[in-house]
Amino acid sequence: MIALKDVLALLDGELLTPATAPEAAFRKVFASDLMSDVLTSAEPGSLLLTGLANGHVVCTCSVADLAAVVFVQGKRPAPGVVEEARARGIPLMATKMTMFAACARIAGRVEDGGHARR
Amino acid sequence: MPGAESVFRREFAVKGGDFAKAGAAACEIKELLKDLGIDTATVRRAAIVAYEAEMNVIMYAWDARMDLAVSPSEVRLTIDDHGPGIPDVELALTEGYSTATAEMRELGFGAGMGLPNIKRNADDFAIDSEVGRGTRLDIVIRKNGHVRP
Repeated sequence: MIALKDVLALLDGELLTPATAPEAAFRKVFASDLMSDVLTSAEPGSLLLTGLANGHVVCTCSVADLAAVVFVQGKRPAPGVVEEARARGIPLMATKMTMFAACARIAGRVEDGGHARR
Repeated sequence: MPGAESVFRREFAVKGGDFAKAGAAACEIKELLKDLGIDTATVRRAAIVAYEAEMNVIMYAWDARMDLAVSPSEVRLTIDDHGPGIPDVELALTEGYSTATAEMRELGFGAGMGLPNIKRNADDFAIDSEVGRGTRLDIVIRKNGHVRP
């Protein structure tokens, strides 16, 4: 398990939805820019790391029951997307790290929240 | 077709090309199913099917009607679109096969997983497509069913 506050510390991240409980924790992580892959392979409750910063990310997380999002590589969603996430209870974070660096930082602390395709 | 045992029905309109409203029907369907007290796993499968189907209409068709019918034992989704149709349904059901444009891919979609993922999450899956007319999907998600491997 990794707590949201620890994700922020490890990724030198910023919380974009301030009302979020810092003690919220995640057991698994899924990393992808493809929402098609999130819908196909990500496990419910996972933290999503992505370089995509549009409204489809929040909608996809809501539909597929993902717990929170980290936008990597300095990507930031528009205010409307943040508002949508707040309304749906999905915490959003942002980091300037690359996807690889962000994954490397939290690897070992969490399980892979995806399953490989045959 | 929704069965006679259905206790809840709702109809949604989806417009082709309307990326700004993408996911609106799927999110509403998810909330409705949660409010009806349906279990989390079934709600998730139905929401994923609805979202993938909605995105397919937005990306490829002109417009569609999405019908939701919920009975004590199952959730049925019927998506009937007016659109170009699918020339080779078998090919379209192959994971990774896609005719998506670069713009669609930039939005995070069009990876060729939509129809296969709908099929994976469905207990019953039927597709009927006619080139130049459109495509119809009939999906049944049973409350004790599972995602296919």
